[in-house]
Amino acid sequence: MSKARDNYVLDVSTVRRGYALNRMCGSLTQPENRRRFLADEAAYCDEYGLSPEQKRAVLERDWTAMLELGASIFYTVKLAMVDRKSLQDLGGVFTGMSTEEFIAAMRSGGRIYG
Amino acid sequence: MAEIIWGLATSHVPAIGAAMDNGKTEDAYWKPLFDGYAPARAWMAEHRPDVAVIVYNDHANAVDLDLVPTFGIGTAESYEVADEGWGPRPVPTVIGDPELSEHLVKELIDGGFDIATFNRLQVDHGLTVPLSVYCPDPGDAWPCKVVPLLVNVLQYPQPTAARCLALGEALGRAIRSYPKDIKVAVFGTGGMSHQLAGARAGLINQRFDRMFLEKIEHDPRALAALSREEYMEQAGTEGLELIMWLVMRGALGDDIVRIHDTYHVPASNTAAALALFEVTGASRGERAAA
Repeated sequence: MSKARDNYVLDVSTVRRGYALNRMCGSLTQPENRRRFLADEAAYCDEYGLSPEQKRAVLERDWTAMLELGASIFYTVKLAMVDRKSLQDLGGVFTGMSTEEFIAAMRSGGRIYG
Repeated sequence: MAEIIWGLATSHVPAIGAAMDNGKTEDAYWKPLFDGYAPARAWMAEHRPDVAVIVYNDHANAVDLDLVPTFGIGTAESYEVADEGWGPRPVPTVIGDPELSEHLVKELIDGGFDIATFNRLQVDHGLTVPLSVYCPDPGDAWPCKVVPLLVNVLQYPQPTAARCLALGEALGRAIRSYPKDIKVAVFGTGGMSHQLAGARAGLINQRFDRMFLEKIEHDPRALAALSREEYMEQAGTEGLELIMWLVMRGALGDDIVRIHDTYHVPASNTAAALALFEVTGASRGERAAA
């Protein structure tokens, strides 16, 4: 798993880099697309023109690598939902915690800043 | 003439909607949040608007990265509830007010805000959760028409906080110049501090949130003076959504009274808040001032 940077800002060049990846993830809100994705994930990634690195990140569910390759969390969360994973699961991934530890941290006031 | 009767600032976390849809509002996790809403809901139920202008952002559901309008207004007769991947929320279709939308678009463009128009738009949790915060049990129909006002908060550079406050001021003038005798409420949605991705995921900044909750009432210019980078640093990359509260605040004008507010951590990965302001005196509009 890649190590996350503090912040990911979706600027215009990131949108350009991540365009295919985000578009693919966005398509997964539709049941028919989810079915086709799950039937052959690699072929589905190819259909959307993902780069080899983006495709690897998707197939391996390397959530941090996806961000590095231009993903927006608002799109990758739709892929996470296909796996029945939540933003708490992903929060754990990004911060090096288990899901339970991440949820407990939120319930005790969040990861305090300021 | 139209009147602005109140403004509501509220988080729009999807899990808040899911808690209502799945009957979990009495669970230990959610009860403190919904108990905090109760006084505001009771007051709003006694002060029903004809139309709600809801300032929100889409979350990669109806607006993709092909075209990213900085500001947009829905101009449709109605807005279907979006399927965000787990089926549409079980809430009524949102009914628009295309005549008011057209008036607002013209007034805003004439006022220097070159706003995009959405002639077809599905509305996601960013709009429907605030409606549910206002009205938890709508039955077959929401109790008001809705004009959606969309703000890009996903793609950098987002509009500045100062521009959002100025848009709100222009929106307020536009609503008050509408010739029909209707009552309008304005919703500012999103926030408070939160960050969904990166090593700072789970960030909560109560000190910033409390400062924002206080200053939004009588010192919105101090909040408008903060840069988008300061919002992202202090409130988290997604806490930047708070700039949408400033659109609502600008529309209300100077004469407002705080009816209620509440603040709770967590709702999902987010600090959730609600703040309700009644508009009084001349700020309501010409009809009230007459």
